[in-house]
Formats: sequence, structure tokens, C-alpha cells
Amino acid sequence: MEPVVQLRGAVTLLGRFPALAGIDLDVAAGEIVLLRGPNGAGKTTLLRLCAGLLPVTRGDARVLGHDLTDRRQARAVRRRVGLLGHATGLYDELTVADNVRFWGRAAGAAAEDITAALAACALDGRLAGLAVARVSTGQRRRTSLACLLARRPELWLLDEPHAGLDQEGRDLLDGLARQAVASGATVLLASHELDRAEALAHRVVTIVGGTTDPRSARVITKESLLVP
Amino acid sequence: MTTPSTSSSATRALGGLTLAGLALLLGYALVWSPPDIAQKDSVRLMYVHVPTAILAFTACAITTLASAMWLRRRSEGWWVLGGAAAEVGIVFTAICLLTGSIWGRPTWGTYWDWDPRITSTTLLFILLVGYLALRRIDNEAGDAAQRGIRGAIVGLLLLPNVMIVHYSVDWWRSLHQTATITRLDPTIEGTMLFTLMLGIAVFGLLFTWLLVHRFRVGWLEERVGATGLDQALLERRAEADVVMTAGGRA
Amino acid sequence: MFRDAGLIAGKDLRVELRSQVTTQQVAPFAILVLILFGVALDPDRGILTRASSGLFWVAVLFCSLLAIQRAFTIEAADGGRDALRLSGLDPAGIFLGKAAAIFVQLAALEVVLAVGVVVMYGTEVTGVPLLLATCLAATAGLASAGTLYGVLAAGLRVRETLLPILLLPVLAPVLIGATKGFEAALGGVAADGWPWCGLLVTFALLYTTFGTLAFGPLLEES
Repeated sequence: MEPVVQLRGAVTLLGRFPALAGIDLDVAAGEIVLLRGPNGAGKTTLLRLCAGLLPVTRGDARVLGHDLTDRRQARAVRRRVGLLGHATGLYDELTVADNVRFWGRAAGAAAEDITAALAACALDGRLAGLAVARVSTGQRRRTSLACLLARRPELWLLDEPHAGLDQEGRDLLDGLARQAVASGATVLLASHELDRAEALAHRVVTIVGGTTDPRSARVITKESLLVP
Repeated sequence: MTTPSTSSSATRALGGLTLAGLALLLGYALVWSPPDIAQKDSVRLMYVHVPTAILAFTACAITTLASAMWLRRRSEGWWVLGGAAAEVGIVFTAICLLTGSIWGRPTWGTYWDWDPRITSTTLLFILLVGYLALRRIDNEAGDAAQRGIRGAIVGLLLLPNVMIVHYSVDWWRSLHQTATITRLDPTIEGTMLFTLMLGIAVFGLLFTWLLVHRFRVGWLEERVGATGLDQALLERRAEADVVMTAGGRA
Repeated sequence: MFRDAGLIAGKDLRVELRSQVTTQQVAPFAILVLILFGVALDPDRGILTRASSGLFWVAVLFCSLLAIQRAFTIEAADGGRDALRLSGLDPAGIFLGKAAAIFVQLAALEVVLAVGVVVMYGTEVTGVPLLLATCLAATAGLASAGTLYGVLAAGLRVRETLLPILLLPVLAPVLIGATKGFEAALGGVAADGWPWCGLLVTFALLYTTFGTLAFGPLLEES
């Protein structure tokens, strides 16, 4: 089966700066892959590339069967992925529920999916009616997560997802990610919280200087995987 | 190795022709053509004013065309051409406005009149200023294919905007018709007509010469930018070695 | 496309409803502009009344700059642009939605300004059909051209200073046409005003069409 993500020597420029200077990456369906690396290595850029947001200057890049070097296909990929980034993309003036409803409907989600997403992120109840400007960072993160959930993406792209979340929020995120993978989605996440992220992931890949470092890629074998 | 320059045998020939033409034009404009009955000698400014006006509008047309072609083909040449034409165009527009204003003083008694063409030419000037300002900002951004979009859209709209503005200003001021519209065009014939035509031709040559050189300079700038990529890639990858040798976890 | 436009317009207007920026900041600014004109031009009622059409539309132009900047500031906050690109919304629909929201806000401001002009400049209101038609056509033109140039300037740090210089020369024909239309309605021959209305409609159609086509590529510019 074709890998969900397949990059060969991918180069991406931000301005004139080659944020990605040659990435080789394969992610199979149903995998959870952790991206590790120092600040400025290109992890965020890589995730955005996989979301179809950035052009590929050199090399090959295929996500979900789409060739990202073709702009039209890159745009088509966006609908099928969900990106949880540093920025929330939320409207401060609107309420939590309004935001999830807007972004959900924008992606074509049905009303039940939106309600389910709100509930799954523990955002129903009092929180739903608060303006985003008034809620905490962690709650904003969860709102973004709900927006992602509502879309039911095939590929989850998580950029430091645990940052800003409390213990409960982190457990929630991990649980949702595992559930998504169980129903056929794939997860690619970048994190500095190595303990928690490694507990979640199947495989670790290191990014340094805009390239993948083959020497340090490893598969995580966990006995816990045998326990559903 | 010879110093690289933007001239070639073609431009040298063109330049020579332009200089000769300018000399001839000066002769005709200042000496051999007669002064106008009504406007006396100040009409001689027309020999600069009218050609520069025509060429300013031509520059806009070139920019719009170049922007359209860039949007279709995304090749650097069109991007450079758009900017070059706008820069040369803005110089010609400024000369046009200046000569028009100087001409206005003895003729109308003021440096400014709400003549439709002066008004719309001034708006044209501002449109060009905005376009060039936008291009300067745009030049810092991403890869060549992406960064030109803003400039290209504004450039594409340049000629349509100029035409809409020109048309509406003309219509607007024509309602205040006195002798306004005809004031800039004294009845011309004979030597004066010839001089005017000569002026248009000579300024056309000058415009072309300037455009070619400006284009070439811009083109060289693009070349310099493009060759940086491989070097930048090497430097970027070198970060990895630094991290690894500095004891990064394997 | 229209479904997406409706979604965006609804969202923009809801944001406005919650934040009240147009009502609490731009509308007072509009009145302020009218007052400043009065102060500058000697409230000898003659000048102000005669010039009221032009002054009204200049005030609308200034307000539209604010409204357009505002419309894109709400998107600029915290990764909004990426989110829009990822959302799956049709860019043409986003354009129409944003332009529609700006249209509604400008229309509301024009009502405020109209009341202001009538009260403060002593203008008599006649020729209402022409007035309304001119208003609608001009506002549509302002909204569509404004949305196009707004998104163009939006991603830039210098947007506050660049937008006016890019947009106002483009809007000069709208100012001319709208002023002429109003003058014809308010005291001249109404028949003179309709051709200007035609110009405004053409302008609005051109920019709406062009905007729907150009918005997508412009949104991609990061």
C-alpha cells in the first residue's frame, strides 16, 4: 500500500532560506511518527509542507497520493489533513462553539460531527459559550483540536501539541490520536516532550539542519502496544 | 575579464541614434519651429510634454502586459520587465507633469489646473508609486514563483485603472467645458507638427534605450539572487554536522 | 461558492456584532470627519450644502479604508491565513463573503453619514431613487475593490500606509461618479445622474469579477 507520506530529498524555501534542505521520509498508514530535533531544524516547516501549504522547490513529495510539487494537488491535500499548529487560527471575538462550528462547516462537517468534536474535547457546557479571548491557552488548544476533529482528517499533523495543555488535556489528546489511528488515520507529530511523545509514537525520526538524519531514526518497540 | 555591463552593440547603436535625435529635436524645438501665435514660446514645452505623456501611458501598458504574461508563464523576465517599465514610466510621468506645470504658469497663470489630463496623469503617477513601493516589499519574499503575485495583480490592473481614471476624470471635467480641453493642443501644422512627431519618435527611442538597460540590470539582479540557493543549501545542511559534532543526541 | 461566501459573511458580521468596532469606532470617526470639514470650510452654510455630495463621499472613502483594514486584521490574528487556506473554503467564496460583509458595514456607515450630512450641512434630500441606486452601486464598487486590495496589503507589515496609496487612486472614479450622481439627485437634473450610476455599476462588476478570480492566488501568498 502506498505510504501516506513519502518525501525524497524535499527542499522548501522560506524567503530565500532553505528551511528544508533535503528531507527523506516515509510514513505508512496507521503509523504515529514522532519528529524530533533542535529548534530551527525545520519540523514546523515539514508539517506545513505535508499540509500542502508550502511549495516544493526540489525533490519529490507525495502526501495521501497527491504530488505536492503540483500546486493544484497540493491544494487538494489540505482538505484531507488536519494541522494543529502553534497559531490557533481562532477568532478571538467569537465563542468557542462558534469557532468550532465555523471551521467545521467550512470543512464540510455535519452538525453531529461538530457537536461530537466539542464533546470529545470537553468543550461542551459552560466553556462553549465563552469568547476565545477569555479562555486560557490550554482551552484554546483544545478548541483548535476540536476544529481538527470535526474535519475527520486522514492525516493528523501536530506541532508541539502537548504544549500549553494540562495533564488532563494531554491525556485527552493522546487518547483522541490513538482513536483516530485505530479508525485508519495517520499521525505525524513534532514535539520536544520526548517522554510523552515517545509513549505515543511508533517511530522516531530526527530532523536537523533541514534534513532527516538517518543515523538516528528508530522504531520504538513497546510491550504496551499489545494492550489495546 | 571585461567588466560586465549592460550595453551591447545594439544599445550602443540605439543610444547613438537617440543622442543624434535629441540634438536634432533641440534644434527644431528651440530654434527652427515657430512660436505659437497665442502661446508664444511656451508652446515649445509641448515637444517634451506630449511625447512623455504618450510614453508614460505606454509604460503602463507594458507593465500590464508583462504582469499578465508573468501570471501565465511565471518566468523572471516578465517580472523584471514590469518593474523596469514602471520605473522608466514614472520618470517620464514626472517630466510630463513638470513640463505641464511650467507650461501652465505663463499660459493659465497657475502651476496647476484641473485639466482632465493633468489630473489623471497625476493619479497615474501615484498609481506607479504604489506599484513600485509594493514591488520593493515583494522582492524580499519567497521563491520566485510565489513572491510576484501581489505585484503582478497590481501591475495587471495598472492599465485598466489608468484607463478608468482617465475616462471618468475626462468626463467629469468635460462638464466644465470652457476652452479647457483644447488648451493643451494648440492648432499645429507644418514645422510644429513635424517637430512634435520628431519629439515623439526621439523620446520613444530614449524610452526604449532606458528600458533595455534597466531591464538588463534587473535581470542581472535576478541572476545573483538565484545562484544563492545551492550555497544556502550547503550552509543549511552544515548545521546538522555542527549539531552532531557538538554532542547532539544520536 | 455562495455557500462559502455566506459562511464567511456571516462570520465576519458576527465578529463585528461581538466586537462592535464599526459602531463604536468607525461611526464616530465618520461624524468626526463631517465635523472637521465643517470646521475647515467655514460653516457658512452655503459652501457645506453645495459641497455636501462630495464631502459625504470623501468621508465614506476614509471610513472604507478603516473598514477594510479591520476586515483583514481579524484574519491576521494568530494564523488565520493558514487556517483559511486549509479550511477547504473556495477562495472566490471567501472574497465574495468578505466583500459582502464590508458592503453591509459601509451601508450602515453611509446611513449614519447621510443623517449627519442632512442635519449638519442642511442638505435637502430629493431624488431618492437615484440616491439609493448610486449608493448601492458605489458601495459595491468600494467593497469589491477594497477587498481585493485589502487582501493584497494584508500580509504586509506596512499595510496601514500602503493600502491607502494603492487603493485611493483606484477609487477616484467611484468618488467622481458617486458625487456626480448625488449632485444630480440633490439639486440638479436627475437624468444627468443615471449615466454616472452606470459607470459605478460597471466598476463594481469589473472588480467583483476580477476579485473572485484573483483572490485565490493572493491568499496563497504567505
